[in-house]
Amino acid sequence: MSQVDKVFAGDVVALRGFDLAVDQGDFISLLGPSGCGKSTALRLIAGLIRQTSGSLHWEGGQHDGDLGIVFQEPTLMPWARVKDNVWLPLRLRGKSYRACRNEIEQALELVGLQDFKNAFPRELSGGMKMRVSIARAMVTRPRLILMDEPFAALDEITRQRMNCDLLAMRESIGCTVIFVTHSVFESVYLSDRIVVMAARPGRVIQELNVKVDGPRTAEFRTSDEFAALSRHASEALQQAMT
Amino acid sequence: MNNMNVTTATLAAVDSEEEALARSRKLMSIARWTLPSLVMLFALGAWQAYVVIAQVPHYVLPSPWLIAKTVVSDWAVLWPAMLVTGRLTVLALILAVVGGVSLAVAFTQSRWIEMSLFPYAVILQVTPVVAIAPLLQIYMDSAFSAALLCAWIVAFFPILSNTTIGLKSPDHNLQDLFTIYKASGWQRLRLLSAPSALPYFLGGLKIAGGLALIGAVVAEFVIGRAGTGLGLASTLLEASYRFNFGRLYGALVLISVMGIVMFGLMSLISYLALYRWHESALK
Repeated sequence: MSQVDKVFAGDVVALRGFDLAVDQGDFISLLGPSGCGKSTALRLIAGLIRQTSGSLHWEGGQHDGDLGIVFQEPTLMPWARVKDNVWLPLRLRGKSYRACRNEIEQALELVGLQDFKNAFPRELSGGMKMRVSIARAMVTRPRLILMDEPFAALDEITRQRMNCDLLAMRESIGCTVIFVTHSVFESVYLSDRIVVMAARPGRVIQELNVKVDGPRTAEFRTSDEFAALSRHASEALQQAMT
Repeated sequence: MNNMNVTTATLAAVDSEEEALARSRKLMSIARWTLPSLVMLFALGAWQAYVVIAQVPHYVLPSPWLIAKTVVSDWAVLWPAMLVTGRLTVLALILAVVGGVSLAVAFTQSRWIEMSLFPYAVILQVTPVVAIAPLLQIYMDSAFSAALLCAWIVAFFPILSNTTIGLKSPDHNLQDLFTIYKASGWQRLRLLSAPSALPYFLGGLKIAGGLALIGAVVAEFVIGRAGTGLGLASTLLEASYRFNFGRLYGALVLISVMGIVMFGLMSLISYLALYRWHESALK
């Protein structure tokens, strides 16, 4: 999948000359201060809004709902049990619960919540709700998953665990991820490529390749390599804010 | 060593505090039932004593004991009347639910329908039903259907307005999610809007249950006067003409009982539908 976006939205210019090429299997972070159009870019890709001008290309035509999305809030249906929340995307495609029981259980296993499938969202912690949300995004095995600051509301320790688990989950289903964040460390830890954006108007100012040899483990988080990459990204972000 | 002692002492103190808390909670739960019951007993006793000591004639103020006796002795009159009022109330409520929910769904499906019809729903609501009832009597064939229409008008609005708000209130991100997965309008209504609206609808139902009874009583007052012999309220009115104050108060008590049962029933329905997931049902 390769795509080029070029977008101008609304009276307020949320994005100007936004270019982004995404290859299949990439993990891309959009990093930038608030108001730089990260979320707008994501909503455009999701097809929730339309570009003023410019175009989006998908290899092989339309995405046809072949994507998953995770919002800043878990955004679960409070009246539905965990398994029914995960069932939702398949249900909307007209699949009965019985027909996709395996997919649902696999998705829950992926996020480590197989024992909570009958729980209601209010019985879960913030981190667990987010896991359900991720399971729901992955249950259709989409080629692309969009994440809009999914861990911003979690505490630092939970967030680090989620980051670590997210990489493992992605490994096992092999999807492309576009990940919006305002955390430098998160973007460095997770991505293959960091797209640094600036505000007013929203635009891309720098792209950083994060080439790392070896697995991204807890050791990576404390390594010199990680520190150097983080410094690099921080500098780029600094530049974006001036 | 000294340190140890302090720790244990503190622990014990905390425990006794917890104990006191648990005890007061238990006391509270008992008091919640016994206190109102005691007040009721005291009030009834004072009433009875006043009537007996001051020798108040029963056509001015009957004693609670006389009222209780009348309810038993006039049961053959009161029970059928209660059935009529009960049927009127329940039927009006059911029709209000059907009408209110369908119109609310129509409102949320089309802004044009809402713009066209909502003002008339408001007019229907703000015009006092007492003023409409005599008219309905002229145009409707049977007194029962006129009274039913009356009760329906009163009960209908809270369901309509609450359900409309509820249907419009689903979480924005969830709506986006449904858009991304290309949900149909029907799927959106059934899986997203309807469950989101449920707590609002049930709130409206609680109000409408009480209002349906009030509407039924008002309708009977106004329409029952034609001597059609409707339910409890017309029995009450008739008893007042005959200075049968025992029966009048008996009917009044039964109307209150119906109101309480109605409220209890609606609260139970609401609890059963929401207790597993909604914040309002959290202990």
